[in-house]
Amino acid sequence: MLNIKDLHVSIEGKKILNGLNLSINKGEVHALMGPNGSGKSTLSYFLSGKDGYEMERGSIDYNGKNLLDLEVDERANEGLFLAFQYPMEIPGVQTSFFLKTAINSKRKHHGLPEIDALEFAKLIKSQAQELDISPDMLRRDLNVNYSGGEKKKQEILQMSLLNPAMSILDETDSGLDIDALRIVSEGVNKLRNKDNSFLVITHYQRLLNYIKPDYVHIIADGKIVKSGDFSLALELEEKGYEEISKTA
Amino acid sequence: MAATEQTIKQVNKLGNSDYKYGFSTDVDDIKPPKGLNEDIVKYISAQKNEPEWMLDWRLKAFSVFNKMPKPDWAKLDIPDIDFQDYYYYSSPKSLKDKPKSLDEIDPEILKTYEKLGIPIKEQEKLAGVAVDVVFDSVSVATTYKKQLSELGIIFCSISEATKNHPELVKKYLGSVIPIADHSFAALNSAVFTDGSFVYIPEGVRCPVELSTYFRINAMNTGQFERTLIIADKNSYVSYLEGCTAPMRDESQLHAANVELVTLENAEIKYSTVQNWYPGDSEGKGGIYNFVTKRGACRGNNSKISWTQVETGSAITWKYPSCILQGDNSKGEFYSVAITNNRQQADTGTKMIHIGKNTSSKIISKGISAGKANNTYRGLVNIQSKASNSRNFTQCDSLLIGNECGAHTVPYIESSNSDSMVEHEATTSKINEEQLFYCMQRGLNSEDAVGLIVNGFCKEVLQHLPMEFAVEAQKLVAISLEGSVG
Repeated sequence: MLNIKDLHVSIEGKKILNGLNLSINKGEVHALMGPNGSGKSTLSYFLSGKDGYEMERGSIDYNGKNLLDLEVDERANEGLFLAFQYPMEIPGVQTSFFLKTAINSKRKHHGLPEIDALEFAKLIKSQAQELDISPDMLRRDLNVNYSGGEKKKQEILQMSLLNPAMSILDETDSGLDIDALRIVSEGVNKLRNKDNSFLVITHYQRLLNYIKPDYVHIIADGKIVKSGDFSLALELEEKGYEEISKTA
Repeated sequence: MAATEQTIKQVNKLGNSDYKYGFSTDVDDIKPPKGLNEDIVKYISAQKNEPEWMLDWRLKAFSVFNKMPKPDWAKLDIPDIDFQDYYYYSSPKSLKDKPKSLDEIDPEILKTYEKLGIPIKEQEKLAGVAVDVVFDSVSVATTYKKQLSELGIIFCSISEATKNHPELVKKYLGSVIPIADHSFAALNSAVFTDGSFVYIPEGVRCPVELSTYFRINAMNTGQFERTLIIADKNSYVSYLEGCTAPMRDESQLHAANVELVTLENAEIKYSTVQNWYPGDSEGKGGIYNFVTKRGACRGNNSKISWTQVETGSAITWKYPSCILQGDNSKGEFYSVAITNNRQQADTGTKMIHIGKNTSSKIISKGISAGKANNTYRGLVNIQSKASNSRNFTQCDSLLIGNECGAHTVPYIESSNSDSMVEHEATTSKINEEQLFYCMQRGLNSEDAVGLIVNGFCKEVLQHLPMEFAVEAQKLVAISLEGSVG
């Protein structure tokens, strides 16, 4: 699915990723943990194609394609999804309209006709219900005056509607109370199947109690310093980043 | 098929050029020689079989025009206009003998309107919109006439009204925009060719949206339309106006005058979607759009509401205004002005508060891209007798790219201490993070810009009638194509 080799990325001359290697296969859930400034968000933005990053070295293969050849929207339509840490507010754009536009962009990319209005209404209703999102919220402007929890639920709603092959969750647990965390995690778990993959970026082991990863990686100074299974997350919780990085 | 849906489909079908209405129609036309002089004024009047009082009025306006300088206070770079280099009258030959029904109209002209998304024949059957279409200088057809006349509503071309309803035309024409207002107003009064006339009688609520579609087809032609709408006591009408023109290298001149009058308790809602040819990306060609639109709330409790979406024209010079004479009268101005490439717009409104308890609201959204300049210029004037009056103004500007400009020039004059004037203004650049977010959800960059800008304009667009709102949203996106790399 995704194969990152020896990735070196800098922002305005400052090196952020420093020889990062990561390989994610179909059906796998990988957790990426690390302290502030270790390069977690940079990785998620760079993979999504955001401007302002310079790649000095490395390669990224995505489903047999060179990811770097694709524009931001092409990557998205090829199934790469980023659940934002800080989802953007878009004033004047109704949430449901935005969702429909996104779905239709993907359908167009794959040569499918626009989604039928009735089909869309049914789909959005059932998905929103599962995430405890009220119909009223779908009529409001996208992310405007949403609470932190509502914004994160909205990201998961978009994820479930677009049904991506490769989802990156960038600190989706930050700012969530325990109930919202459970709902969001259940949403993610429902999407899991043998054909799609997830990269879950987080500071805390807490989220991983709900979304059980197959692999856990620890990132420090722009590269992965240790990988293991779920028990690594528990170990990290106990010892802290500094000690784990030292023993790496 | 619903008219809206059909309109969208037709807009989509209109070729691949940047300007989707840039086709021209091959019809024979009748033109007097180029140039502006007294003979042309007489020629136009004669072509329309006008009564003598109208010719006299035109000639008076022409002499006023000759003495007046061009207005020069706008932040616009206006090339010298050679008034002698335009045709002042152009009429498709087949309209010489006025058609009695739609079936008699030149199929080429009907096809043009169909390309624009207004199949007149269909419109007749579809509930909701009655259309008057003006092709170059002549009104082609007015649909729905019969149904409207049963309610006593007059909806016809201004030429017809001059013949059939001279008492109304005499009473109101030039009563809101005097011929000596400024030189373009005087020019229009001298050489106006056609336009719509609407009269809504006392107590009548017009059951359909009335609509005019203007199109400049002939080369080097100026279009000088004149519209007059009168809403008598306790009446209501919603009026829509749309405009397009073919792509031509030469600039074309358009100087319209629109006058609205509301009597006691009456309301006029006037909506415009202006998409004249904007010129190419280097600024060659395009329409010079010098428009004077003004409404007078003469009666107590009356209301005039202007909504405009200005996406076209090389130069837009336009200030739809309200004179709030009646006590408790209301004026509103909702505007979206988009300039791309080398387009220039200087637009806004004047709200003149004369009566007591009058109120006005101004919402202006200016969007600039490319090397374009966009100015909001507005006047709120509260006179000494307008006690307890209110104004609220909000001007938001959005910049796309680094080479465009946005300017806000509000004039506020209050001669009254118990009135209240509020003004809010913001200027922002299109947010890269928002664009990235939309594109991460699969939208291409143009769709993302269209979506964000439409959101920015929502407060204005939602005041458009449904049929127009959909077309306007498309236009907003189309006119910004290519504005982000």
